[in-house]
Amino acid sequence: MSRYKYMFNLQKKTKNEGVLVPFITVGDPSFNFFLKIIDVLIKNGADALELGIPFSDPMADGPVVQQANLRAFKAGINIETCFSLLSKIRKKYPKIPIGILVYANIVYKYKISNFYTQCSHVGIDSILIPDVPIEESLPFYKESIKKNISQIFICPPNANISFLKKISLYAKGYIYMVSRPGVTGIEKKSYTIDNNIINTLKKYTSVPILQGFGIHKKKEIKDSIEMGTSGIICGSVLIKIIEKYSEEKKILKKIKKKIKFLKLSTKNIF
Amino acid sequence: MKILNSYFGKFGGMYVPQILIPALYDLEKVFINCKKEKKFNEDLSKLLKDYAGRPTPLTLCKNLTKCTNTRIYIKREDLLHGGAHKTNQVLAQGLLCLKMNKKEVIAETGAGQHGVAVSMICSLLGLKCRIYMGAKDINRQKLNVFRMKLMGSKIIPVSIGSSSLKDACNEALRDWSGSYDRSYYMLGTSAGPHPYPSIVKEFQKIIGKESKIQILKKENRLPDAVIACVGGGSNAIGIFSSFIKHKSVRLIGVEAGGKGLNTNHHGSSLTLGETGIYFGMKSKILQTSEGQIRNSSSISAGLDFPSVGPEHAWLQSIGRAEYFSINDMEALEAFEILCKTEGIIPALESAHALSYAIKLMKKNPRKKQLFIVNLSGRGDKDLNTVYNSLIKKEK
Repeated sequence: MSRYKYMFNLQKKTKNEGVLVPFITVGDPSFNFFLKIIDVLIKNGADALELGIPFSDPMADGPVVQQANLRAFKAGINIETCFSLLSKIRKKYPKIPIGILVYANIVYKYKISNFYTQCSHVGIDSILIPDVPIEESLPFYKESIKKNISQIFICPPNANISFLKKISLYAKGYIYMVSRPGVTGIEKKSYTIDNNIINTLKKYTSVPILQGFGIHKKKEIKDSIEMGTSGIICGSVLIKIIEKYSEEKKILKKIKKKIKFLKLSTKNIF
Repeated sequence: MKILNSYFGKFGGMYVPQILIPALYDLEKVFINCKKEKKFNEDLSKLLKDYAGRPTPLTLCKNLTKCTNTRIYIKREDLLHGGAHKTNQVLAQGLLCLKMNKKEVIAETGAGQHGVAVSMICSLLGLKCRIYMGAKDINRQKLNVFRMKLMGSKIIPVSIGSSSLKDACNEALRDWSGSYDRSYYMLGTSAGPHPYPSIVKEFQKIIGKESKIQILKKENRLPDAVIACVGGGSNAIGIFSSFIKHKSVRLIGVEAGGKGLNTNHHGSSLTLGETGIYFGMKSKILQTSEGQIRNSSSISAGLDFPSVGPEHAWLQSIGRAEYFSINDMEALEAFEILCKTEGIIPALESAHALSYAIKLMKKNPRKKQLFIVNLSGRGDKDLNTVYNSLIKKEK
């Protein structure tokens, strides 16, 4: 059974809660410190990890993630060190699902087939390419099937019925439901996702739905899970802590507090 | 569902966040309908004639070519209202925007020429306009920034990354991802996600159509070569369009050689780039061995872009068009030559194309040859840059 399937099944059978998937950029702010942050995330509530491969022009992400990418570059992170870090995490945590977010040009440059092979060797469970919409996804999707890696697709808030049918056919692992238009980042305003979209998706597929983009408040998280998502993905709210504080101890302490709060928010929903 | 082919060979596509796909489909649908609509075409023709000042002349450079058998004509897009070819397609996109009932316009600009053109059209059509511009470009194109502001546009400086056109493009797309329901993204060149390369080409074709009629009238034959500068590639694809089927005509695109092709400071994505995916399209890109996008560099802000429109990448791949590079110093030299010999101040972008034409002429001065160079814009906006460079040279 795939790690995602195991996680979602466990959640359904034994727990009355949603899953929490933190997102951070690989190597932010440095090689070793990143690994310490991963330990804190996993020990304090992360059910899976979503990790961004740094890219120079992350057009689907907001300034918080872009700065994280720049910090990683500054620390000397490149694609090889990314894979080395991912491999270390996999060895230490063999059961946790690990997904990566990577921009199309990095995969294309590495050669699509080589990239997926490398991900498979490292033990990556899913790949999300934010600048490859479903319409352009075939060459990537074919490799994901060959290498038994879940290709993650984004369901935007403006999805129509024909798109929902299409994504239901292709989706593996989970469907990344985007809370609102725009790019990633923290916002003060709360967004509620469309109930109809969730219900329609559930009618067509049993692939779990995770909500992301700007979601980090207790009520937003509870509402999302109540509406039928299987959990949430939180990125900018965690990355902001790395950006804000310079002292390692303080960052780890703050991240620990935040991840605990986020995990708690996914519990006792019903 | 998309209706037009989104690819030129293996280049093109729609590599954008999923949320933008419906907006691109809507745009494609409106574009196709408008192209067939009599009223749209009449309105556009009227604007091109009465507002923009088409047709633009084809001027023979008599002094520049003295003592040679080369005849160089320049297509005078510099005389278009706004000072560059950019006006052609923004007039059309402005009408598309009205058709789509959008009241806000987003644009990005490098040299500021597209920004100026968008600002003009937004004033004319009563649209609210915000323009993303790299902080570096804001500094080197002060006059155009002032023009845009005068016409009521909001300029949003982009300081992240290289602070130039590439970063302005990212920001504009990010903005559109959040505002597509009310905003029209008025892309400035024949690059980016489908259908923009097709839209921009369609509305820049007029440069090629006029040039062909004019050269046949003046010389009673087709030119040996059509030469145009290539950043994103809109002026080049516009003038190439009428000559693509005439195999006897060489199509020559001239890229920014910047400080030299042996340095990392240039904008020659067709010459030295590799196929990749960036800015919504699969095309030739300046990139690192790991697929990170390189910063480009050129004395001319309009050519300072690390990629190029997909149709150019395709024309190069099939051998129909050739692409060469001209460095900053060579472009400056051509800039001065045109000023001194013909009394015409070209945009630094166009000076790249002119420089290559002069190179060809000098290489074979006795050869009877006929060139058209697309003078894509006028150089007023570049005077500060040129002034600073000349002062440095004198010192």
